[in-house]
This record gives sequence, C-alpha cells and structure tokens, in this order.
Amino acid sequence: MDALLVAPVLVPLGTAALCLLAWGRPVLQRALSVAGAVGLLGAALALFARVAGGAVAATQVGAWPAPFGISVVADVLAGLMVLLTASMGLAVLVYSLATIDPERERGGFHVLYHVLLMGVCGAFLTGDVFNLYVWFEVLLISSFVLMVLGGERAQLDGGIKYVTLNLVSSMLFLVAAGMLYGVAGTLNLADLSRSLARPEPGSPVPALATLFLLSFGIKAAVFPVFSWLPASYHTPPPPVAALFAGLLTKVGVYALIRVFTLVFAADAGLFRPLILWVAGLTMLAGVLGAAAQTNVRRILSFHIVSQIGYMLMGLGLGSRLALAGAVFYIAHHIVVKTDLFLVGGLIERLSGSGELRHAGGLARARPVLAGSFLLAALALAGIPPLSGFWAKLVLVLAGLELRAFPIVAVSLAVSLLTLYSMTKIWNEAFWKPAPGSEVVPSAVALAPAAYRLALAPIVVLTLASVAIGLAAGPVFALAARAADQLLDPSAYVAAVRAAGGL
Amino acid sequence: MHVLLAFVAGSLAAAGFYMMLRRSMVKVILGLALLGHAANLVIFTAGRLTGVHPPLIAPEAERLVEPYADPVPQALILTAIVIGFGVQAFAIVLFKRAHAVTGTDDLDALRATDEP
Repeated sequence: MDALLVAPVLVPLGTAALCLLAWGRPVLQRALSVAGAVGLLGAALALFARVAGGAVAATQVGAWPAPFGISVVADVLAGLMVLLTASMGLAVLVYSLATIDPERERGGFHVLYHVLLMGVCGAFLTGDVFNLYVWFEVLLISSFVLMVLGGERAQLDGGIKYVTLNLVSSMLFLVAAGMLYGVAGTLNLADLSRSLARPEPGSPVPALATLFLLSFGIKAAVFPVFSWLPASYHTPPPPVAALFAGLLTKVGVYALIRVFTLVFAADAGLFRPLILWVAGLTMLAGVLGAAAQTNVRRILSFHIVSQIGYMLMGLGLGSRLALAGAVFYIAHHIVVKTDLFLVGGLIERLSGSGELRHAGGLARARPVLAGSFLLAALALAGIPPLSGFWAKLVLVLAGLELRAFPIVAVSLAVSLLTLYSMTKIWNEAFWKPAPGSEVVPSAVALAPAAYRLALAPIVVLTLASVAIGLAAGPVFALAARAADQLLDPSAYVAAVRAAGGL
Repeated sequence: MHVLLAFVAGSLAAAGFYMMLRRSMVKVILGLALLGHAANLVIFTAGRLTGVHPPLIAPEAERLVEPYADPVPQALILTAIVIGFGVQAFAIVLFKRAHAVTGTDDLDALRATDEP
C-alpha cells in the first residue's frame, strides 16, 4: 500500500483523534489542530509533486485486489483538489483561531474541522463509487454539526434546510450506486469505465447517469436544486462558512466531472446539452439572486451558485479546452471564494452585522482588508490579469470553438452582473462613510492582534489568486494535463490495474 | 419477487417524499427514514435475489460453488444502514433542538434565514 496516497486521509484522521483526546484543553487542541493542518498540507504537496507531471498513482487499501478491494487513485485533478483542500484547510484554520468563539471551540470545532477535511480528501482520492458515498457521508455529517454548532436560531433554521436536502441527495446517490452495481456488477470506477465503455441500446445506464446528475447536482447546488445553499451558508460562523464555500460544492462538481468522464463517458454526449442548459440557468439564477440581496455573505452565497455554472459549462462543452477551463476555474474559484468569505466575515465582525447598510468606511479604516477584497472581487468578476479572467477566457474560447454561442453569451453577461454585485459590496462596505456610532462597539471586540491574525490568511489567499493570474501559463498547462487524463481514462485504468490486478 | 420488491421500494420512496413535503418536522424525519429503507431495498433487489446458497466456502471445498448469493449488496446495505442510523439520530436531535428554540414544528414558520 502506498502511504503517500492515503496520507491526506490519515493525517486529518489522526489530528481529529488527538484533538478529541485533548478535549477541554483549548491551547493544546489549537496546537494539535494547526500542526495537523500543516501536516496535511505537507502530505498534499508531496502527493501533488508526484502526480502533477501527468503520472497516475493508485493503490489498493489493505492490499485487497481490485475490484473487490477499494482503490485509491490520484491523477492530476485529484492531486490538485487535495492540494487546494489542504491549503484552504490551513488558511481557514488560522483565521478561525482569531475569530471563533470559545464556546464553539470547546464544543469540538477542531475535531469536526479535521473530520471534514478527511471526508473531502477521501472523496477526491477514492476510486470506488460506494466509497465515494461513504466519504460524502463523512464530510456531510461533520459539516452538519459544524453548521449548527452554537445552536443559534438562524443556524438551526438554515441547518434544517441544509441537512434535509443533502440527505435526500445522499439517498438518490445510494440508490444510483446500488442500481449501478446491479447493471455492471462492480463499483470500482476503473472497472466501470471498462465495462460501460460501449453504449448498448436499451441499457438502463443513461437513467442511472441522470440519477447521478441529480444527486451530485444537489450537492453542487445547481439550478433548480440550489436553494438550500443561500438559505444556510450565511448562518454558521465565518470560518465554517468559508470552508464550506470553498470546498463542499466543489466536491459535488468534482464527482460530476469524474463520473461523466470516467463511468458514463460513452453516454456523455447524450447529457451535454442538458448540462449546458443547467449550467446557463445556474449562472443566471445565482447572479440574479445575488443582485437582490443586501447581506454580504448572502450575496457571496448566491455567487457560489452562479460560479458552479461556469464549472458545469466546461463539463457540458466537453472538449479538451473546456475541461481544462473547468479545472482552472475550480482552482481559481476555491481560492477566491474562500478569500471573499473570510473578508465577508471580517466585514460582519467590524460593522456588527452582515447587512450592507450597517457597514461602511472600511476602505479608510482597514486599507489592507479593502485592497484584498478589491483584488479578490475583481478576480471573481474576471478582470484581467487576475485569475478569474483566464479561467473565463479559456471557457469562452472553448465555447466559441464549439460554436456554442448561447452559453458563451450567458457566461459573459453573468460576468458583468458579478461585477455589479461586487461593486455593491465595495461601495457599501468600503467606500461609503461609516453609518454613525453603531460601528464602534463591535469593532472593539476584535483585538488588534486577532485582527492581524485573521487578516494574514486573507492576504495570502489574495496573493495566491494574483499569482494564479500572473502564472496563468503553468496553471493552464496543469489544467490541460488534467483534462487530457479526463478525456482518455486509459492511464487511470492502467494505474488501478497495475496497483491491484484489475 | 423482484416485481413485489420493486413495488415495495417504490411505495416506500413515494411515502417518504410525501412525508417530507408535509410541514411537520416529525413527518420530515419519518420521511427521511422511509427513503433510507427504500434505498436499501433497491440495493438489495438490484443485487439479484437468487435465494440459493450463502456465499460461504463449504468446509470440504476449496472455493465457492455456484450458485451463491452475491455478498456485495449485503455489505453495501449494512454500511448504508449504519450510516443512515447515525444521520437520522443527528436529524432527530437537530429537529428537536430547532423545535425547542423556535417553539414550533411548522417548517413554514422557519423563515429566519430569509429575513434580512
């Protein structure tokens, strides 16, 4: 068994266990938690260095041969996703040290945080459909508790919507996985890719693919099943929301990309028009929903929905360039969205509420925060030379190449509306003068040292976003390698075969 | 047998979704439980009902003799039951807490996240 491949799961598991043992000792828990996050980043970097060049690493858990044992596989996409997960995990953890309240920390915040990271990494690395279901449940159950930890009314309210919709999605996934086993006799992704390679007339596989599309669609928050996301993502504490915003819906998108390029590749042509429609409507629904909102994190939540549409656009177009664009977009989005949610949390903290009418004057009072927000917001809207511009450029070029003009038009219009929402936050929270005395009391609540600690990950993520924009060439080359592997699963299948004699 | 189980699973799923569309919190939990049962039955049925030997190697034999029941769906169901149990236990605690905080079991009254 290859330790490098399972380390991104084992490190957070060990960290969570140690944090559990340190229950009631917050300082020790914090030290363990940060050490665990650094360790995860190290493991992810080592794995990424191994697969970034285009090699596919695979191993069988417990040395049980595939397809009976569980395969763990890392290709370029999985390696990149694990690296992004570990980076966001560390950045958000540092931010949470400055802003999380002691009650939540005593309630097991660090334990749940690392279980969540373990679930996300496991979902990215697994090569087995049922195991993917299990990782989904691991990340869901820890996200459920993180979402309602603290038990405020809005949290419970949003939590009920989040929990119910995600459980329905899991049931659909479970049914689809069970029926897929009935059809193919295996749940190993590489084995499925082989046995479903040729579409047969009258086969139930397209129906199963639809079930997968719906189930992962709910988790990714696509139109028309996105409403749980803007109803819940503004209720938990900012670091929790930032981690969810950066990572969780992207697990759904990753699962969609994985099954539609590996398992249902033969039937993918059937689904491309549907996915493109869903992508366009997701972009529009998200951005129009955001335009009507006045709460920082609710605006940003609706923009998650809208951005998911761009990733689906890459999958729906399906060409090499389009898939590379989708991968680039995911990398850009995870960094920028996490960053914006962290900024949104500080806006809330500094002005006492997430409502834009209560905020103001932050450009003068907190110039570094304002500068970070500006860069991240412009990157989200796609202003050159920031990261979002290149991601959108690749997708638009791919759309033009395939003469899919409607989706290109929608994506460009939605970019413009994104700029509108970002300008709204900028004008209200940063540019306009502070609305009187109500700003002061809560601004005092965050000590200068805590503020600097919370600002550090924001600045780092903003610089990372700028770096992705300035180094777009190498990042695109990486995304193109990921797209090549997605379009030609032979390397993936060969790696699993070499690892376990498929 | 397959047809009967298909109808049972379908009825459970229909009842589950119907319950989840009701406004009472308790009915949503019951709906979730019914959906879980429906999913497990679907896996059970999709794994083919052979009604023959268990997948055990006889003491004097070297390997499994056909026909035998497929053990994989049963393992999947067992995992799904355990996960479903944990998740439903959490859902019950969550809904109970929400009921205590909001003082209502009417889901239509949960509008705290929609208000500015």
